[in-house]
Amino acid sequence: MSTARQFKPEEPWQAPEGEPIVRLENVTKRFGAFYAVDDISLNIHAGEFFSLLGPSGCGKTTLLRMLAGFETPTSGRLLIDGQDVTDIPPYERPVNMMFQSYALFPHMNVADNIAFGLKQEGMPKSERQDRVAELMSLVQIEPLAKRKPHQLSGGQRQRVALARSLAKHPKILLLDEPLGALDKKLREQTQFELVNIQERLGITFVVVTHDQEEAMTMSSRIALMHEGRIEQVDPPRRLYEFPSTRYAASFIGSVNLFDGYVTEQNDDQVRVQCDDAGIQLEVRHSQPLVPGMAVTVALRPEKVRVIHQLEADTPNQLRGVIKEIAYLGDVSIYHVELASGKRVQFTQSNVQALAEQPLTWDEEVVLSWSANSCGVLTE
Amino acid sequence: MKQRLPLLITILLFGYAFLYIPIASLIVYSFNESRLVTVWSGFSTQWYSKLLENEQLLGAAWLSVQIAALTATLAVVLGTLAALALVRFRRFLGRGSLEVMVTAPLVMPDVIIGLSLLLLFVAMEGLIGWPAGRGMTTIVIAHTTFAMAYVAVVVQSRLAHMDLSLEEAALDLGARPLKVFFTITLPIIAPALIAGWLLAFTLSLDDLVVASFVSGPGATTLPMVVYSSVRLGVSPEINALATIIVALVTLAVLIAGFVLWRQEKQNRLDAH
Repeated sequence: MSTARQFKPEEPWQAPEGEPIVRLENVTKRFGAFYAVDDISLNIHAGEFFSLLGPSGCGKTTLLRMLAGFETPTSGRLLIDGQDVTDIPPYERPVNMMFQSYALFPHMNVADNIAFGLKQEGMPKSERQDRVAELMSLVQIEPLAKRKPHQLSGGQRQRVALARSLAKHPKILLLDEPLGALDKKLREQTQFELVNIQERLGITFVVVTHDQEEAMTMSSRIALMHEGRIEQVDPPRRLYEFPSTRYAASFIGSVNLFDGYVTEQNDDQVRVQCDDAGIQLEVRHSQPLVPGMAVTVALRPEKVRVIHQLEADTPNQLRGVIKEIAYLGDVSIYHVELASGKRVQFTQSNVQALAEQPLTWDEEVVLSWSANSCGVLTE
Repeated sequence: MKQRLPLLITILLFGYAFLYIPIASLIVYSFNESRLVTVWSGFSTQWYSKLLENEQLLGAAWLSVQIAALTATLAVVLGTLAALALVRFRRFLGRGSLEVMVTAPLVMPDVIIGLSLLLLFVAMEGLIGWPAGRGMTTIVIAHTTFAMAYVAVVVQSRLAHMDLSLEEAALDLGARPLKVFFTITLPIIAPALIAGWLLAFTLSLDDLVVASFVSGPGATTLPMVVYSSVRLGVSPEINALATIIVALVTLAVLIAGFVLWRQEKQNRLDAH
């Protein structure tokens, strides 16, 4: 997974004195008996590219629509830039939204679509034209000014929608699945462009997406949502390397999970007895744990090293047989069956076109990994 | 397939004949020289010029057009409001009954609409003194009652196809709800409003039954004049007038059809 952001950590969420630009305080949204958003508290800081990630129905879109003002929280407070906006209608909020369907006005041409928000503010015509021209060059659609939305391609519509939502210099730009309607190739290209535009303008972006790769590529931080609640809020790297729950570990990327219980802890080394693995696994974990506590060890497939013999004095070695191989071009995925019947997944990048001794079906291998490259999940 | 083709053509011809021969004969006989409607004696346009001198017929025609235009305008306003309420507001007190009442005139026999409105007008005059007597006002009210139902159906379908996020986007960009309605919603549903207006106009111009119930002395619409004069024997003047009406109605239907067709096209484009 790649990260477009060369974010040298001026990490605003680390600074305790900074007032967040968005502040959710115990926000709940109920539709009948269904809790779409369940008691969420969250701070988003100025200049962030913040993603709400989760499967459909997890409440991420409802949360975004509450920020825009299309839904009112059942309870809780919502502050934007220090101002309580819980009961403020959408047309008075300093935020703008880019819709999943783009919602371009079909009876207006591109320039009029972009100028719509400026017109509502009463900006004089000449100034308005300059601003529209500036926005069209920002998203590179100058030649399309006089076209109607139905004469545009999907990618062009997306750009018009972006320009229109940026026109009023919003404090926060809300994007609902901004790349959802584009094909894969265009999507990857546009991800980087969105990040560039965001960094250039310094506007806080809040993006809703169900695509983990998209969230990983673009975000400064990701809030992983599940059934109306937030599972974890962290930068992409932390979210991937140190998931805090089983759900977070298995939603982002692939993971091998070993259930077990803690046997002992010395400093930051934990030993976990796992029946599936047949041995005690050694994991680095700095938080104190109680012996006997049920935990899960999470291991990413790419952290596994393959050796052919058991090595002395090395922790975390599992013997197994390769049962399945999937060749994906850049990497291959292997499924190894342990003596207990549990399957462990690992990946190897295909560095050489023709490896000398490629791994093959029914081959017996030893999987090994260091205590630093796996984690303990307590939830 | 080859054998079925002649059969298809025959059926088609019968169908067209059934529909259009009456109208065609009416048009042909409007150019007949003879006073007798059923005997052809040569081409003439004299009935058209006689028609222009017939003040009773022309007066009735003018009254009918006025009523139709008023009716259509009122029906578009009320029908659009009803459609908006039904499509945009999912839940409100009396939603179910509004839904039924809006569409009831579509299936209600004209005789019943006419009779019930007549009773209402008489009762209202007795109670509050309005409408004083029956005439143009009562006809417009009666026509609006049923024309509005047709408008509501047409507008409802357009509104239901409209992407709700268009209105949300306008709100988000700082337009107040009323402004959103006039700058976004109205232009997008405009084709449906035009089609609805034309439909209501035609329905009103055409109506004999309801108008007969609720009209009074001095308010005789064109269909009423035509109907009563036909009872005394068909005059070729009526043929001439009918021909003109057929021409006008055809034009209106073509325009309405064209507008609806464009709307369909737009719907399909919007759906992409």
